[in-house]
Amino acid sequence: MASAPTVDAAFLDKDGNPLFHLEHEPHHPEGSSTMLGFWIYLMSDCLIFACLFATYAVLGGNYAAGPGPKDLFDLPLVALNTAMLLFSSITYGFAMLAMEKNRVAATQGWLAITGLFGLAFLGIELYEFAHLIHEGATPMRSGFLSAFFALVGTHGLHVTFGIIWLVTLMAQVAKKGLIPANQRRLMCLSMFWHFLDVVWIGVFTFVYLMGMLR
Amino acid sequence: MSPHPASENSGIWKLIFGRLDWSAVPVHEPIVMGTFVAVVIGGVAILGIVTKYRLWGWLWRDWFTTVDHKRIGIMYMILGLIMFLRGFADAIMMRLQQAWAFNGSEGYLNAHHYDQIFTAHGVIMIFFVAMPMITGIMNYMVPLQIGARDVSFPFLNNFSFWMTTAGAVITMMSLFVGEFARTGWLAYPPLSGIAYSPGVGVDYYIWGLQIAGIGTLLSGVNLIATIVKMRAPGMSMMKLPIFVWTSLCSNILIVAAFPVLTAVLALLSLDRYVGTAFFTNDMGGNPMMYVNLIWIWGHPEVYILILPLFGVFSEVTSTFSSKRLFGYSSMVYATVVIAILSYLVWLHHFFTMGSGASVNSFFGITTMVISIPTGAKLFNWLFTMYRGRIRFELPMMWTVAFMLTFVVGGMTGVLLAVPPADFVLHNSLFLIAHFHNVIIGGVLFGLFAAINYWWPKAFGFKLETKWGKRSFWLWVVGFWVAFMPLYVLGLMGVTRRMRVFDDPSLQIWFQIAALGAVMIAAGIACMFIQFAVSIMNRDKLRDTTGDPWDGRTLEWATSSPPPDYNFAFTPVIHDGDAWADMKKRGYQRPVSGFEPIHMPSNTGTGVILAGLSVAFGVGMIWYMWWLAGLSFIGILAVAIGHTFNYKRDFYIPEDVVESTEGERTRSLAMQG
Amino acid sequence: MSAHGHSHHDDHHGQAPAHGTFGSYMIGFGLSVILTAIPFWLVMTGVLGDPQLTAFTIMGFAVVQILVHMIYFLHMNTRSEGGWTMLALIFTIVLVVITLAGSIWVMYHLNHNMMPQMQDMSVHDMSQMP
Repeated sequence: MASAPTVDAAFLDKDGNPLFHLEHEPHHPEGSSTMLGFWIYLMSDCLIFACLFATYAVLGGNYAAGPGPKDLFDLPLVALNTAMLLFSSITYGFAMLAMEKNRVAATQGWLAITGLFGLAFLGIELYEFAHLIHEGATPMRSGFLSAFFALVGTHGLHVTFGIIWLVTLMAQVAKKGLIPANQRRLMCLSMFWHFLDVVWIGVFTFVYLMGMLR
Repeated sequence: MSPHPASENSGIWKLIFGRLDWSAVPVHEPIVMGTFVAVVIGGVAILGIVTKYRLWGWLWRDWFTTVDHKRIGIMYMILGLIMFLRGFADAIMMRLQQAWAFNGSEGYLNAHHYDQIFTAHGVIMIFFVAMPMITGIMNYMVPLQIGARDVSFPFLNNFSFWMTTAGAVITMMSLFVGEFARTGWLAYPPLSGIAYSPGVGVDYYIWGLQIAGIGTLLSGVNLIATIVKMRAPGMSMMKLPIFVWTSLCSNILIVAAFPVLTAVLALLSLDRYVGTAFFTNDMGGNPMMYVNLIWIWGHPEVYILILPLFGVFSEVTSTFSSKRLFGYSSMVYATVVIAILSYLVWLHHFFTMGSGASVNSFFGITTMVISIPTGAKLFNWLFTMYRGRIRFELPMMWTVAFMLTFVVGGMTGVLLAVPPADFVLHNSLFLIAHFHNVIIGGVLFGLFAAINYWWPKAFGFKLETKWGKRSFWLWVVGFWVAFMPLYVLGLMGVTRRMRVFDDPSLQIWFQIAALGAVMIAAGIACMFIQFAVSIMNRDKLRDTTGDPWDGRTLEWATSSPPPDYNFAFTPVIHDGDAWADMKKRGYQRPVSGFEPIHMPSNTGTGVILAGLSVAFGVGMIWYMWWLAGLSFIGILAVAIGHTFNYKRDFYIPEDVVESTEGERTRSLAMQG
Repeated sequence: MSAHGHSHHDDHHGQAPAHGTFGSYMIGFGLSVILTAIPFWLVMTGVLGDPQLTAFTIMGFAVVQILVHMIYFLHMNTRSEGGWTMLALIFTIVLVVITLAGSIWVMYHLNHNMMPQMQDMSVHDMSQMP
């Protein structure tokens, strides 16, 4: 809360009388609120996930005589999935480093690789879901499975939107280059992407790993 | 839904219209049909007038597509007032039914209709009256009070408004096409599940709230960023006007609480649409989890509503007592503490549902603790008034009425916070009386204070006082007459949401309550007359100073109504009561040296996205999957297309600023 | 605040949030690989024996890994945006904890008091598990 200054010499005129307005328009860098605003949005998204985690925590043991985590989860597959997301995180980081050096081609390349890792993640997740549904472990089967699909599916949905956004931004970078507006957008997506990573840490720990310990 | 004729319900019809058919139009409900006819006639008349006077272009350019926080604020207020009429119509119908349905009489409303009315009343009053109105006032005043030109994200602001409107449109649609939820305003499962509410009512509820919720959330993000990033130079956090502080806390709560509502409604819709088992009785679902989650949103929600109005009362008290607010910093801390505590009390809404002694005592105590910072605020207002030179203008009258009314509501709240007492009073009319006591006495009175206080700033003329006072007295007395009987009835054990009664000795209390509701109706009529009379006499009531109340904060430093750019020069702040400080130190308004001003451009994207959202909602509600799918793709396409537009701003040229300011200089000079 | 009075009070914090370097990204990546691999290994091999101990251990690893991601990938620090991002994060964490812990506590008590047979049921159900 300490961002605003106390009154100092800057707000007095040369005779020491207080100034009540600025002589010249302050320079407001365009989009100066964007990063903070987007961060606040992410915090609200975080609470959506908190609700889904809470629902999973409460309903996660209600198998309704159906299958439980130990019957369903395939940890090597989850580990592979986690690896995809981790790789996509570091490649997004490389995209950001390339962006700072203003290298358009490298940025686009790393973004594309990030998108591919994201798609791989989604593909594996969809394979897992299809497999579960094929086994009869549908979201309708029990409270546990409803909560599982809602939580993991919402994360997957976020990744899907992240990829759509990524493709949009690649088109915009291709069209306009790394202008400040596009840089800002890439930074927002970066926060979004790494945020999804953080959520996934919760998912694999809380849902998959601890599910196997039940 | 009533049974369909087989021919209509099959094949191609179902593909196109889902479960919509002619039986969805409630022709058998004369009251609804009468309303429908009136709305159609009124709507055609309005459209005719707009067309006749060629106002469409003006409406589109200057209002619908505007990103000016002031115009958006006014549109929020208009939305809130229109929906208020609907919400109040529901209220007075309930009062009439309950005063009538004794001694074997069924009253005049059937159960199907009555249950929709009490649900719609709650939903509309909270989501589409109170929320838009507080958002409107925050939207209008916050940037002015912090010396900013607009909010941080002007386009998002427009978009938020239209999403809220889209939610309201969907909710209103349910009156004439299909039905609304018959579940009570929070739609508890399993009643709201597909097994017990197979019709479209709960789906209207879900999609109306989800779409409006997006708007609310985004406007919360927007206002937080605005307050944090756009403050005038010199305005440290402890020099923020108190209304800005309370708005900040309220918006933080919005951002923290509305995601919970989104999540829980999404899970309910999964139960209804996909057949999952979150809140079902069987298959390992747990309906109580819904109640738990929705109150994690619901309790902060009531503080979202009241906090900004605590700010209004503070501003009004200090202005009309011509004194600095007593205990500014304690007021700030009290607000912050209330905001945090509001997240720790949700269980007091379901003490009776069996959590046991340890849980109930924890939440009972946290609930009672909230009364401490709230009480501190009340003393601050009283000490502000103490030895002040109080002017009893309308805003101050509403504030005093608030203090008297709210204290009673607060104390009955502390009563309800005692778990054993709550076991007796839960779901009774005592509870109804309590929360109307705080919401009407706090939120509505605060809104009326704010409207009377800031109207001259928004429109350049004061509201006249004769009709204002009539409205005030009818409202305040009407409120007490309408709700005190409910306390009595609640103590006698009468539960809420009843349609008919057996015990004839109760009838008199309901008749008194109905009389109160009629007085409130007269109060509302007087208020609208007040607006009309003021508009007609606006030249007589004109305020050319921009500072009709001898105000203390920055919004009074500029003209009324403020120019598009709010301030010709960015103000510099040295004191919490910035404008009072400027006046005291002989501030001279600059009349030369203007510069071009950077402003955001208008855009129609918000209107289009909201329109598509209505289509999406209708598609989902009526199972018209093609419509839902197409409009969803449309929403994505328009949103992505919007991001390809990089030209979102323009400059107001120097000479325009100069001529606008010159006009004000002349009018101030004429005023002497 | 410096001497240039015309600057907006937040400007001097710099608009761009802190960026990582190649090195910091690699450190973050390395740490998170390790912090992911160990919990998977613990659960897949069951070396710790006691499931409860394993659960607490992997929760500890998750917390550390979240911190690593926050610092090395999201570049969280107390200075960006004048501390407001950190404040928002702390506030959110508090609310997440309240929501999670509160819901679990409340619902556990509800189930315990209102559906005593459910406890037996779930034990029974679990015993059916292969």
